[in-house]
Amino acid sequence: MIEFRKDLFADERDDNLNEVGQPTRRQDILGHVTGRSPFFDDHQFDGLTHLKCVRSPHHRARIRHVDTSAAERMPGVHRVLTERDIPVNRNTLLALINFGKDDEPVLASGQVNYVGDPVVAVIADTERQARDACAAVRVDYEVLPHVLDPEEALLPDAPVVNETYPNNSFDYHEKYDHQKLRFGDVQSAFATADKIVEARYQMSPIEHAPTETNGCIAVAETNDRIACYTSTQALFFSLGTVAKVLDISTARLHFVGGTVGGGFGGKVDTVVEPLAILGCLLTGRPVRFVYDRQEEMQVSSPRGAERWYIKDGVMNDGRIVAREFRGYFDGGAYTRLSSYAVIKGTAHLPGPYTIPNVSSNVYGVYTNRTPASAMRGFGITGVDFAIECQMDRVAEAVGMDPVELRLLNAYRDGDMKAHRREAKNCALIECMQVAAEKSGWAISDEFKKLSSLSGGGGERAIIPHTVTDEHGKIGSSRAPGNTIPGSGYQPAAAPSLAAAASTTYTAAPAASPMPASAPAPTHAPVSSQPPATQAPPSRTPVRPGASSAPGGTVNADSATRPATPPPSAPASRPATSARPRNNNRFSSLFGTRRR
Amino acid sequence: MTMHSGRGFAAINYPIGMNLGGDPSQALVHSNPDGKFMVTLSSIDLGQGMKSVTRQIAAEALGIPVEDVYVDTADSDTGPHCMGSFASRGTHRVGNAVIAAATEARGVMLDAAAEELEVNPEDLETDGRGNIHVKGAPSRSITSAEACGAAQFKQGKTVSGRGIFLIPTSDVNPETGEMTPVSCFAHAALVVDIEVDDETGEVLVKDMQSAYEVGRALNPKLVEQQLIGGAWMGMSHALYETTEPHYPERDNGPVDFNEYLMPGPGNVVPHHISVLERPAPDAPFGGKGPGEMCANPVLPAMANAVYNAVGVRVDELPITPEKILRGIKANGGARPQGRPGQH
Repeated sequence: MIEFRKDLFADERDDNLNEVGQPTRRQDILGHVTGRSPFFDDHQFDGLTHLKCVRSPHHRARIRHVDTSAAERMPGVHRVLTERDIPVNRNTLLALINFGKDDEPVLASGQVNYVGDPVVAVIADTERQARDACAAVRVDYEVLPHVLDPEEALLPDAPVVNETYPNNSFDYHEKYDHQKLRFGDVQSAFATADKIVEARYQMSPIEHAPTETNGCIAVAETNDRIACYTSTQALFFSLGTVAKVLDISTARLHFVGGTVGGGFGGKVDTVVEPLAILGCLLTGRPVRFVYDRQEEMQVSSPRGAERWYIKDGVMNDGRIVAREFRGYFDGGAYTRLSSYAVIKGTAHLPGPYTIPNVSSNVYGVYTNRTPASAMRGFGITGVDFAIECQMDRVAEAVGMDPVELRLLNAYRDGDMKAHRREAKNCALIECMQVAAEKSGWAISDEFKKLSSLSGGGGERAIIPHTVTDEHGKIGSSRAPGNTIPGSGYQPAAAPSLAAAASTTYTAAPAASPMPASAPAPTHAPVSSQPPATQAPPSRTPVRPGASSAPGGTVNADSATRPATPPPSAPASRPATSARPRNNNRFSSLFGTRRR
Repeated sequence: MTMHSGRGFAAINYPIGMNLGGDPSQALVHSNPDGKFMVTLSSIDLGQGMKSVTRQIAAEALGIPVEDVYVDTADSDTGPHCMGSFASRGTHRVGNAVIAAATEARGVMLDAAAEELEVNPEDLETDGRGNIHVKGAPSRSITSAEACGAAQFKQGKTVSGRGIFLIPTSDVNPETGEMTPVSCFAHAALVVDIEVDDETGEVLVKDMQSAYEVGRALNPKLVEQQLIGGAWMGMSHALYETTEPHYPERDNGPVDFNEYLMPGPGNVVPHHISVLERPAPDAPFGGKGPGEMCANPVLPAMANAVYNAVGVRVDELPITPEKILRGIKANGGARPQGRPGQH
């Protein structure tokens, strides 16, 4: 079932260690398997009370009036909390590392922005009493238009999801409505590529589904302190967040975590602790706030949805010479950690391959859905799905074995990554070789001989002349007349995109069948997508009096920059072979050449 | 009804630690006079084995048996600061902090032993079994318990150490995206074999064969546990899971485990794992965190296998029977692509 390939990289490893490398039994396993490990909910306190929330039934609505009087008179009710009780009712998780603006209330203030947005919290002797009292709270809503599709959210007429970010996208560097990655010149490389391969990928939200739902118990300690037994994955993160929104000293907070019944990233958000601790402060009673399964499924943040458009320029021999991304992280109604995923995802592009021209625009978008947050593989899982499906598409387009195509393009020690740091400690090639060998997936001898340790660097370490642009400044995509979501400028030759963007994605067929008998692709995009969902054919800004030709490149400062040198294989290079031969060395700048 | 065999491949790498750095973790290590060491953290053990891995790292760095080390964590009153258990940062960040703390504590322990043995501390080494002896002269030795007892009762020394690991925060260039995201990467490649039923659209996963590169398997059993569980999660993500089955519409969202689909124990398939270890220079004994990345290759490998089986590209996760059937219908029938890798 499992083998350790100690033969690989053996000279980089000292295997004569005493304790490291031993299959030592876990310190805590006996407690786990005998049911004795204490979880937060195993702490029992006299007079324990229970907290439940009244939640929005609407995607987006103005709160006209909240009437809690009946709920306050219900049996067992100790306290009803509304936004007026929260000392600092605006926070963002990453404020603790000075990233982003405070945008999320603990309890809704004037407006709800997703189904499940908490409006009122009730503390009662039993969970049942708390639920009954929640049902007795009267909230008068004025239902407002909402937006659920991330690309629709970036259109000028889309409702504002989050007033802190009125453009429905996270602000990057106080300048752009997205994070840019620019390396080389993708447009020129597309023009000289043998084939263009384009596709659109999407991942729906995914639940962490921990056995133990998000929860905590807050209880008064001596010396005016509050202890909080919690399922958090990040003890001091949660402690700092609570101190901020409740405006109390961290010295008054004692957080106890430990054994967690499944996290997977879903217990970083600190959504239960602030209300439980506030309830404890206001009532003097121990307060337990635990999500039920329905809340865990639909209210606790999921792995957010992502949508990616990838366009590759590839030579007939399988070398990918240009790769362009447009990505949308659907953050839901509030930022939480999605802003971070955008940058982490950007750093990951173009995947573990050395591609000489890479460009991406990645957006953190607000929509009227449950705020998304971290989950196992955060920022990477969705785009890895897109990249690795795309690699198979590219392999098919050039008639190459998909494993060999990946090996040909794989990154190696010394290569320059698109985020401009040298690759080191690589092992992608070896993983592929081992997986292919053990599964009987035949690859040619030349690919069996490749190594992460050799063939990298040199020309592959050069940072190419890079075309930059200033498109997508904050607010530009929502400017009147803009019709390409997120682009910040008008299409040159896509007059139907406006209508398509507002209708296509919900109506698109669930599957994107690609005919198996498709003829060998030529320069035409290899794409199974309806035309309206393809990447815009041109991103040339419309200037008064300027004619913008389709396929033109975007280069706002082209007038001040020297002409871009050819980034990819010279046209004279014969592209007759679908597979490189022995002794060919991949060069990211000048194509394959003989050693 | 026909069952079509399909085989798919994917390869990935994964960044270890919080993107852009700026995420410190601390560790404290101290010994009792009987030579039993306590590692104090505030990091969270999510079931991944954080406590066990840091315990082994501490024992290795101290040069004493793992039985003499215990890890206490997750109390903000006693544990020093840690950003938390996420972003595959536990092993890398906390492990490095533990090495720093354990190394400092070891230094005091060797000083105490040297004073008792009347030698230079530089001439001492540990045997990993609780003894400290003069290099090349194993008979001139003292136990770690005796050294720690002497430090406490005779010499007035604290056998203790402090550790922190911090990668300074990296800037991000707004124009080019230039940045220093992380310092090391884990790797994986995976082959999945499936069968697709062209009448129901259901996918039956038969077998997975993978290679995961983890830097160093600090505890091979914990690595195995993570890789098996993570690949299972990847399979589940690929074929079943979503809170919004009609995304971007929000209707029909599941609210419990009757509606939120995941493969059951009967769907756990044989998974043949090869572990590669290329130590990362700045990782604790080279170990990278395998926890997050192990799910990632399964999703695209599954989509590629479905295409290989029936000629339908499902580009939207999860790969449900409905999407596969719609694709088969649009193609006018299943279009098997033939077993790959047969040249």
